[in-house]
Amino acid sequence: MTLKVGIPRALLYYYYLPLWRTFFEALGLEVVISRPTTKTILDAGLQNSGDDVCLPVRLAFGHVLDLKDRVDVLFLPRMVSIARREYICPKFLGFPDMVRHGISGLPPLIDPNLNLYRKDSLYPFFAALGRNFTSNRLAIYLAYRQAVYTQTRYVQLLEKGFFPEEALAVMYQGLTEGREPGGDGPTVAVIGHPYNIYDPYISMNLLSRLARNGVRVCSAENLPETLVREQAARLPKHLFWSLGQRMIGAAWHYLQSPGVDGIIHVASFACGPDSLTGELISREVKRRGKPFLNLTLDEHSAEAGVVTRLEAFLDMIERRQFLPARESV
Amino acid sequence: MMKVTFPHMGHMWICLAAMLEYLGVEVVVPPPSSKRTLTLGARHAPEFACLPFKLNLGNFMEAAEQGADTILMAGGCGPCRFGYYAQVEHAILEDLGYNYRLVVLEPPRKHVGELLSKIKYITGHSSWWEVVRGIRFGYQKARMVDELERQAHFLRPREIHRGSTDRAFKRALQEIIAMKHPRDLPEARERVRKIMDAVAIKPRPVLRVGIVGEIFTLLEPFANHDLERRLGYLGVETDRSIYLSEWINDHLFLGLVRGLRSRREACQAAPPYLNHFVGGHGQETVGSAVIYARQGYDGVIQLLPFTCMPEIVAHSVLPGLSNKLGIPTLTITVDEQSGEAGLVTRLEAFVDLLARKKGVVV
Repeated sequence: MTLKVGIPRALLYYYYLPLWRTFFEALGLEVVISRPTTKTILDAGLQNSGDDVCLPVRLAFGHVLDLKDRVDVLFLPRMVSIARREYICPKFLGFPDMVRHGISGLPPLIDPNLNLYRKDSLYPFFAALGRNFTSNRLAIYLAYRQAVYTQTRYVQLLEKGFFPEEALAVMYQGLTEGREPGGDGPTVAVIGHPYNIYDPYISMNLLSRLARNGVRVCSAENLPETLVREQAARLPKHLFWSLGQRMIGAAWHYLQSPGVDGIIHVASFACGPDSLTGELISREVKRRGKPFLNLTLDEHSAEAGVVTRLEAFLDMIERRQFLPARESV
Repeated sequence: MMKVTFPHMGHMWICLAAMLEYLGVEVVVPPPSSKRTLTLGARHAPEFACLPFKLNLGNFMEAAEQGADTILMAGGCGPCRFGYYAQVEHAILEDLGYNYRLVVLEPPRKHVGELLSKIKYITGHSSWWEVVRGIRFGYQKARMVDELERQAHFLRPREIHRGSTDRAFKRALQEIIAMKHPRDLPEARERVRKIMDAVAIKPRPVLRVGIVGEIFTLLEPFANHDLERRLGYLGVETDRSIYLSEWINDHLFLGLVRGLRSRREACQAAPPYLNHFVGGHGQETVGSAVIYARQGYDGVIQLLPFTCMPEIVAHSVLPGLSNKLGIPTLTITVDEQSGEAGLVTRLEAFVDLLARKKGVVV
């Protein structure tokens, strides 16, 4: 019987699923992904985590619970750092411990440290990870190579304009076209942490809602890493949050793109890094005067409120087309 | 000549001002953090920025009223938000029309020269030897203040006349503040000792509580609503996981001063509850709670500003630790909305619980 490895559909799932999945499957393991977010999953997460923990992490608790009784081991890597001299957020550093102490009756956790703070190669991480399942070093190395190759392909799809779930569908379900080129309406950049904007339940179908209104949507993930970093390098000090780098770099790029009519910044309630990066983004937006919407999500967000604000935002963009061009911007 | 200011963090201003003034730098100490400071800061800071950010910002705005034109601040390399405070605060102040020069002392990335040149920029004409003596002088003051605080923690629950410790503490603190030169140290030390020895106490059963958590809320009485004093009046002797001089020794002197508690011990005590550093003082919080439990303390209180990321991680593992080691814990989150009455009620309930568990009347 093959061993079942559980991967929660939460947090950095949207960045790294192909990497993990290919590696495990190449080693002959079965990968089980938690079901798409539902109210049940979120509620379970809320009940099993502390009140002051942010929504994405509480949701991740729910996804862990969804997997708990269906898998043999749970894969919860400790994501310390995914780029030189950068971290993600303290909660990613402590996530495996939070889960271990918050949920009882868990299958064994596999939580190797992924730490690229001082080095560039992912191989040591995979070597340590693979040793949990096999002692065959060659098999581990080949699985690693294959995983990195698949991940590269995934990133290429994202840069072509696909969103994570679409890109995954192209890769794993054989879909060829992904999405339509988009409507004839305005173009809006949606900037936010991947686990907030790409989870349709959490974002209340933000992306598809915009698309239904004829809006062409682009996001930070559609931009190449080098471009994003070039933009973020304009900050007075190197930003030490990788997700923040991506968001600020993308926001500043889209601010300068004449083809982008407005920017939506999505943050979760009480998000630490966002409180500062969001502030920097909104100050820059104010200077340049592009339509801007700051959406804060939490477990109490109601759909009606979000819809109203989105409509107002889209109205604002539409009206600006009829206004005489402002001189200063 | 520039007028240098810096953010408040408890009694830190005493040693910073001592150091800078010894080196001939003109210093503007911001008015003590108050409701006004917080209101000013919270009005212009991002909504979800943590409390220290808001108070820092308020400090800078109030210091500007007194003529300060240069901000001296520490930096950091994450993942705690503090490492990016200075840049965002400066952007906010600029948009508000303040004209501040910003000097951030960052841990050097490439070369130690980056840091040294900034110190030189602030201290101007002083020789390196003088700079070293200035830092030493500031550190000695920090040691004295910490020693004084420790004494106050011991005396308060045992004092015969309510408030006598606090009055003595204030007078002793003035002695430390008034000291202008390292050669006055021995005499000042003697005077401080006399003042504190004069506090009348009686032996009585007390509870012992360890306070752990985020450094700013631990060290700044305004931020924690005078937690230590309140507990003292409830008959609790407190200790806390971080004192300023220990922090200086750990982070600036790289642990060179022997005989002080160090963060290393705390971090080593944290597993299996928290196996990795999480930024800020998250791992120290967990480890210190373990150490307090081992030392037979009656309870642990964790202090954190609302939305503090490292402490939220620590908070998530504290209940398990509390169960396993049999030590009651209480977590107190503070922000600009915190009220005093709510805090007092929770403290009284917690102290009652500890007293019953121990079977004493305090």
